Amino acid sequence: MKYELVIGLETHVELSTDSKLFCSCGGHSSPKEPNDCVCPACCGMPGMLPVTNKHAIELAVKAGFMLNCKINQYTTFDKKSYYYPDLPASYQTTQWFNPICVEGSVDINGRKIGIKQIHLEEDAGKLVHDEATNTSFVDYNRTSVPLIEIVTKPDFRSSDEVIAYLKKLKSSLQFAGISECEEGAMRCDVNISVRPEGSTEFGVRSEIKNMSSLSDIKDTIEFEKVRHVDAIERHTEILVQETRRWDDVKRRTFPMRNKETAADYRYFPDPNVMPIVIDDAWLEEIRKSMPATADEKTKYYEDMGIAAKEAAVLASDRKLCEVFDAVVASGCSAKTVASWILTECMGIMKRLEITSLDISADKLARIITLVESGEITRAAGKKVLSAVFEKDVQVDAFCEENNLNQKIDEGFILDTVKKTIADNDKIVADYKGGKTKAMQALFGLIMRELKGNGDPAVIRTLLETELNK
Amino acid sequence: MKYYINEINKNGTIAVDDTILIKDIPATAGSKMLENFTPLFSAEVVERLEKEGYEISGKTNVGEFGLDLLGETTYFADAEDNGAIKNAAATLVSESKVKAAIGVDLNGAPRRAAAVSGVSFIKPTYGTVSRYGVIACACSGEQIGVTAADAQSVKDVLAVIAGHDDKDGTSLPDEKYEYSLTEDVSSMKLCVINELYDKASDEVKAKIDAYIKALEEKGATVERISLDLVFAAQTAWQILLSAETTNNLSRFDGVKYGYRTPQYKNIDELYVKSRTEAFGFLTKATIIYGSDVLAKGKYEACYDKSLRLRRVIIDKVKEVLSSYNAIITPPCSKLSFEKYDLSDAFKKVYDESLYTAIPSITGLPAMVNGGVQLIADSFKESTLLSIAHSVEKKEA
Repeated sequence: MKYELVIGLETHVELSTDSKLFCSCGGHSSPKEPNDCVCPACCGMPGMLPVTNKHAIELAVKAGFMLNCKINQYTTFDKKSYYYPDLPASYQTTQWFNPICVEGSVDINGRKIGIKQIHLEEDAGKLVHDEATNTSFVDYNRTSVPLIEIVTKPDFRSSDEVIAYLKKLKSSLQFAGISECEEGAMRCDVNISVRPEGSTEFGVRSEIKNMSSLSDIKDTIEFEKVRHVDAIERHTEILVQETRRWDDVKRRTFPMRNKETAADYRYFPDPNVMPIVIDDAWLEEIRKSMPATADEKTKYYEDMGIAAKEAAVLASDRKLCEVFDAVVASGCSAKTVASWILTECMGIMKRLEITSLDISADKLARIITLVESGEITRAAGKKVLSAVFEKDVQVDAFCEENNLNQKIDEGFILDTVKKTIADNDKIVADYKGGKTKAMQALFGLIMRELKGNGDPAVIRTLLETELNK
Repeated sequence: MKYYINEINKNGTIAVDDTILIKDIPATAGSKMLENFTPLFSAEVVERLEKEGYEISGKTNVGEFGLDLLGETTYFADAEDNGAIKNAAATLVSESKVKAAIGVDLNGAPRRAAAVSGVSFIKPTYGTVSRYGVIACACSGEQIGVTAADAQSVKDVLAVIAGHDDKDGTSLPDEKYEYSLTEDVSSMKLCVINELYDKASDEVKAKIDAYIKALEEKGATVERISLDLVFAAQTAWQILLSAETTNNLSRFDGVKYGYRTPQYKNIDELYVKSRTEAFGFLTKATIIYGSDVLAKGKYEACYDKSLRLRRVIIDKVKEVLSSYNAIITPPCSKLSFEKYDLSDAFKKVYDESLYTAIPSITGLPAMVNGGVQLIADSFKESTLLSIAHSVEKKEA
């Protein structure tokens, strides 16, 4: 029998707010030391009361717009109780009864994936275990950092769809300024079951908690598919609805201790957080501040004359878009800029193992202008670009210091040609004796002397002229 | 000084109960759990009082976390105090040792204490006084109020502490509230709730009768009404209060501050032993009751239904208050309590909360004066103060 996968995702994303969800603590995205972005409120001290972060509400609404959700204009917060040392108040404020966004959908590879809801909640802190002293330390920098949890319907049918969804989600969230989606800042719970193809019933479900790496998610899904199908077909085990975790060393899932999963969280409305009412005017204001989506951006780039595939790559990453848009705005041709970003920049990024295009658009624009106007060679341009990536050098100063500017150096090239001819009597004699290849040898020596910087056509002409004098 | 668990300033004129935080002064909330807890900031009400030039005289004792309507369960009770420490704030005021005391009205304890000690206490409309800096139990109903000898002193202090505070999300928007003592009582119509009056002791009934007589002499009309929702209010408030208390007290887990058991093998044992050793009987009973009403399968029948009932009760009481300027009820069943076994505390406190539940669950303003409890519609504190003031003038 053929089986199909049925997968639903719960994705936690950290919002790009300056301060936490219910207090004014900031700096949590780049803390210097444990517990340096905390106050009595996010430490769970008695006497503190929550004050809701308006920006977090707006970003959650934006995420709702992005995923075509219905926005609940009356939305409330609830308390979820459990004891764990990383949760200082022993409750998490979340949205259980009236989540901010519901009933959305997103198009993935031509199929519609339903979004059940998006809700806002606080993150918990972090425990650090010191094996040497057998002590646990707690770091509250992350407590009360605003998260949204995006819950899909069980609409995915393959791991490829899941990965495509997560990639699209990430780039869209970055675009809209909703989340930086930095490494590990997007965490998924994956709900998986299998059923005979064509069936409309659901199978027994496993939930794999807290995944962040895309390749691990893919492997998890494939592993679970085999495990479920084996259990059904070959009775290798009896499937139970359970929570499991992925072991990235053993490359398989394991059931989590029952204790961690059987909790009753005793949700109830938080009496300290007033219901949020988003009136039509506020909703419209948020809608107006939405940037173009990745799909709209791709279309826009294609209209500029960029090939579909290249346009899609550019549009998939906010940083690439930002640099591209800025360089084009400074007057460079779109096609040329696309080629520089997708070939040269990404080549250098790969070599240096950089994941984000963090260079000044002005510098890239200057390099492209110099190359296009013939003031430096493309090879020299690449050299400057590398230096910009590695040491953030000034473009013009770097060209001057390294004699990259070919126009100014025409006299210097002539001197080098003359000197090379004078220093290599034997090769010159070979050339004059009829060995035309000897000319190529001299050309190579000159290029070496010039460190590859001269305009080859100019060098060749000068060399021929000098040899034939 | 036996009334203070922390005396701060001999020249002070205001006492602050021990569930309200003052920066750098230990705050115990009457619990062993917080025996050594010193807060990092002051409550908004304390800041406001100090800004207006009031000096804080000290921290007064409370029943553990203010849950204890009868004041028996404080960890810091001293047998020789003969009960005085239980109603410390009201006793201090009655002995003129301070001009006024501010305290948290969670379950009616300061209202009852005022009745027992023969002083006045006002619990203003929910949301008019900031709760920032209160060691919280039931955030949806608890409210800081003022104990003082008479309506004039209550009004003076209330005017200082009331007003909007950005740090409290439930704080109402008005920056300031104006209170008056001079509303015309002669044209007022009041009512007594039969269900509560009939259950009170003769001693309490006599207080109410005298109060009614004084008001009638002023020209006011007093009628009797039936309001059987008072029993539902008692139960619903017990459910809401316990559930919220369970949640709010869960932060006291022995990990960050407060009491930690000296011996534990793992984190679960740290939690269980710390909480078992540091919480008193009534607190534990409330936590267990509160956990139960929030549990899966019971939430709809208990907590959710109580929230709905709260809405019904508010509507009904407001309907009564559309015909009457104020409601008169006994503030307690009797004025003195014989010693009882503390393992009965949960039941005793619950029984007594019948008299205090309506203002707690509705958030309506209430005032205890001359041994009776007056309840008015939202923001009608001036009505309560004027009634009290006119009766006081009669007495004088």
